[in-house]
Amino acid sequence: MHPLLRKRWSPYWVGAAIGGLEVLAMLTAKKPLGITSPFEEAAVIVADTLAPQAMGSETYREKSGKSPEINWEWGLVTGVVLGSMLSARLAKDPLPRPVPDLWQKQVSASPSLRYGGAFLGGALMMFGARMAKGCTSGHGISGTMQFSASSWLFVPIIFSAGAAVAKVLLGRKK
Amino acid sequence: MKRESYGRIMLGLLTGTAFGFLLHKGRASEHEAISGQLLLEDFSVGKIMATASAVGAAGTYALNELKQVDLKIKPLNTGGIVLGGTMFGAGMALLGYCPGTSLAAIGEGHKDAAVGALGMLGGALAFIKAYPYIKPVIEKGAVGEKTLPQLTGSSPWLWVAGLAGTVALGANLLKK
Repeated sequence: MHPLLRKRWSPYWVGAAIGGLEVLAMLTAKKPLGITSPFEEAAVIVADTLAPQAMGSETYREKSGKSPEINWEWGLVTGVVLGSMLSARLAKDPLPRPVPDLWQKQVSASPSLRYGGAFLGGALMMFGARMAKGCTSGHGISGTMQFSASSWLFVPIIFSAGAAVAKVLLGRKK
Repeated sequence: MKRESYGRIMLGLLTGTAFGFLLHKGRASEHEAISGQLLLEDFSVGKIMATASAVGAAGTYALNELKQVDLKIKPLNTGGIVLGGTMFGAGMALLGYCPGTSLAAIGEGHKDAAVGALGMLGGALAFIKAYPYIKPVIEKGAVGEKTLPQLTGSSPWLWVAGLAGTVALGANLLKK
């Protein structure tokens, strides 16, 4: 079967290719891969549009010295959705069920509980990412490959905190 | 609103498409990938990240020697990293995807990942609202944009070799 149609590649080959993509991004875009900064910029735009006063977008601008810009990263995050869709369609993956198997087994079969958890988890994760200025991509790969001290502190913290919560939430119940 | 050139946005789109394609081929876009890694039952995500980091390190530092790239080092704000990292990890366990893999999961058709991305936008809105108040906490223990080779006064190539060696050794041990 053609490799592009396969359902799964070895994690080492995928990792090596992502490493190559990082180098390509450093060379062509002059910055490494990162996912969460466009969310912060999008939030400023949403706040400006809906309720600039209540959301304090002016105070944010003053304090952070940043103003939103539609840029390379916006293309990047859009591309991630498209690229995965392309790979899934080529592999003829069936559409996933609303509640993941592991969650259904260990937590609940209710889709609304799963969606509530996903919303809350996403919000908490993004708030933390913006406090730390990076995520699993921006710190976890892009930062560690440059031996950024902040990233080598961030990675053990996210995996320890994540492992603790996952154990309670998803670990096998006795 | 400011905007970069369409060429740069297209370049980002192409780079992202390759990234999303690879995340799906590595099955990192499944809920079981991040969750399995956190439960120490499936090490795919760790293998992908470690290999990407080692290959990226060798390439980036080689190009840096040739003055073809500028390193982009994130500041070490101890408060922001420790508190933000703890929140990030907890949120990632609850969502079951990280920011990049949640977007890849949306492409694959995971509805819970789409709700998670809405939550991510909500979290970003909360962040910009809270930012003026939490800025001092984030910047507590600020060390600056430092790399481990700089802090230890050693050659980055020592670190590149160490990382590549550790990843190769780990891959061999996990095979058994």
